[in-house]
Amino acid sequence: MGTRVLGGVSALLLLVGLAAAFGYAPPDAVQGNVQRIMYIHVPSILTAYVAIGVVLVGSIGYLWTRRPAWDRAAAAAGELTVCFTAITLVTGSIWGKPTWGTWWTWDARLTSTALLFVIYLAYLLLRSVVDDPERAATYAAVLGIFGALDVPIIHFSVQWWRTLHQPATVLRPQAPTMDPTMLLALAVNVLAFVCTFAYLATRRYRLLTLEAEAQSRAWR
Amino acid sequence: MSAGVALRGVSLAVPAGAVLTVLGHNGSGKTTLLRLLATLTRPTAGSGRIGGHDLVGDREDVRRLVGLVGHGTQLYDDLTATENLLFTAALHDTPADRRAVEAALARVGLEAQAGARVRELSSGMRRRVALARVILRRPRVLLLDEPFAGLDQDSGKRLGEYLHGFRAEGGAAVVVTHSLGRGLALADRVAILAGGRLAVDQPRGSLTEEALGRLYLAATESAS
Amino acid sequence: MAAPAAFARRAWAVLWKDLVVERRAKEGANALAFFAVLLLFLFYLALGPDRERIRSALAGLFWLAFLLAGVLGLGRASALERENDCLDALVLAPGDKGGIYLGKVAGTTVLMLAMEVVFIVATGLLYNLDLWPAVPRLLLIAVCGTVGFTAVGTLFATMTAQLRAREVLLPVFLLPFVVPVLLAAVRLTEAALAGEGWGPSAAWWQLLLGFDVVFVVAGMLTFEFVLEA
Repeated sequence: MGTRVLGGVSALLLLVGLAAAFGYAPPDAVQGNVQRIMYIHVPSILTAYVAIGVVLVGSIGYLWTRRPAWDRAAAAAGELTVCFTAITLVTGSIWGKPTWGTWWTWDARLTSTALLFVIYLAYLLLRSVVDDPERAATYAAVLGIFGALDVPIIHFSVQWWRTLHQPATVLRPQAPTMDPTMLLALAVNVLAFVCTFAYLATRRYRLLTLEAEAQSRAWR
Repeated sequence: MSAGVALRGVSLAVPAGAVLTVLGHNGSGKTTLLRLLATLTRPTAGSGRIGGHDLVGDREDVRRLVGLVGHGTQLYDDLTATENLLFTAALHDTPADRRAVEAALARVGLEAQAGARVRELSSGMRRRVALARVILRRPRVLLLDEPFAGLDQDSGKRLGEYLHGFRAEGGAAVVVTHSLGRGLALADRVAILAGGRLAVDQPRGSLTEEALGRLYLAATESAS
Repeated sequence: MAAPAAFARRAWAVLWKDLVVERRAKEGANALAFFAVLLLFLFYLALGPDRERIRSALAGLFWLAFLLAGVLGLGRASALERENDCLDALVLAPGDKGGIYLGKVAGTTVLMLAMEVVFIVATGLLYNLDLWPAVPRLLLIAVCGTVGFTAVGTLFATMTAQLRAREVLLPVFLLPFVVPVLLAAVRLTEAALAGEGWGPSAAWWQLLLGFDVVFVVAGMLTFEFVLEA
């Protein structure tokens, strides 16, 4: 019941966010309408960070209590991490093409996100490749914790690496010169994405729980 | 481990100073049983205690009491027998010097091979070094998986003598074996596992090898 | 026995054992160094004979070689534990497994350092470069970078050891993780080779050491879970 409400709220917020992104917010002074893709790009990476946080909590919870529910939460969040980092990469790429003329820039955020994408993809791979479910959960939990620990380190190292080689990128929307209406539209979209993540994660978690129950019934 | 239930509804008790011999065909769950008792695997249901310590909750205490000689020798082929034993002592915080190591090797008749690399030893000798490795720690409980495999007559007799002494000192042992004769000779209790279930569990009493053989066949057939 | 003393004793025993086993291994203990020198040849063939081009890429080449050889070294170390169920013996050791983890990290680090030293010396010789003034600093960077790599690698190697596609999976899991080490180490190596002062690259030192501390601690805490699984 609560999930359906959450789903409804998410859908509503997404619509509002979309409207805000394309209607309410003004076009960028420099980049024009292309810059609107930021309203998808930035919320998706922020949501990915939230998802990584959920993976971390689920991983610690599983190692602490050994209860599969924590592991399922981590698994659901892990899948969504891969989704949202992928969205970030794709939108970043689409943004870059008309702006810079290339599909890929070694921009600090894109590079860091690409690394996170690979790491969490490997997280999912690890789960699928280990046969024993308890061992898979344990390994995934360790990887989930390590991944979360690495996120800030990757962020800084890539950023410092970048600033040595190129001037600051335009793909940084936290520029102090951002218009307050843009900020509002951005905030709405961030909220919309996070709600959507919560909704999808909850649905996925439920599904995994049902699968687990079905499997344990099959053993008796 | 692939999906499947290795053991189901197994309930056992082994008092101190007793040897339980477990027989069973391949895949009957014998190795899983030993691994459970050694705390290498966790049970999905049920519980067990060794020396009053719970197998899951007091794992560390159980490990101090128990010595496992499994299928693998747990030896590093490129180290000498002595080095392997010294390494084990360090791992288990057992105070052990050269003399203790030599004594342990002597109990399995391998004093002469103390300085030989495990790689150079025959498989029977390796199994004896594996046993010496466990003996060094003076466990209260021994778990032996096919200890007679690859042993010649003389070594087999020596192992039997060692177990006899071990039992007299109050130690308990669970011996998994294919060999009906030797298994029976050692046993205070006999158990037969078939298809993951305990088909037989009784004191040895006056069981003969033929009787045991018949029980074994019956259990194995009904399981398949 | 007091807990810290036992801990240290275990770590030392594992370190000693890893080094001795590697030294006596049939395949020859210098396989890693041999591989590294082979990489040297390949790099030169691919990028040379323009010395300037090699010189400017040198820091990156060092660390690429170390990482690639390191992945192989980790694979070997975990293969040794899988023989004869030796991993079971480690699991059954009572007490905190952190000591065993530290011993393994130390052992693999020493072995990788030996390879790295050979590599640096061989580079000086083969590429006809004077690296001597930078060597002490290079060694320090090598130690810090290798510890970070090994801290994460030991854990991942233990996890992938039981998988069939372990040779491919270990680098897939490990390399993205250690990108910060790569970035920091390369930058610091460049600074060392260029004879720069220590000041400008202080932030990179902090990052590298931070990585080492975070992941050695995390490894010590989680190794037990990985072993028991």
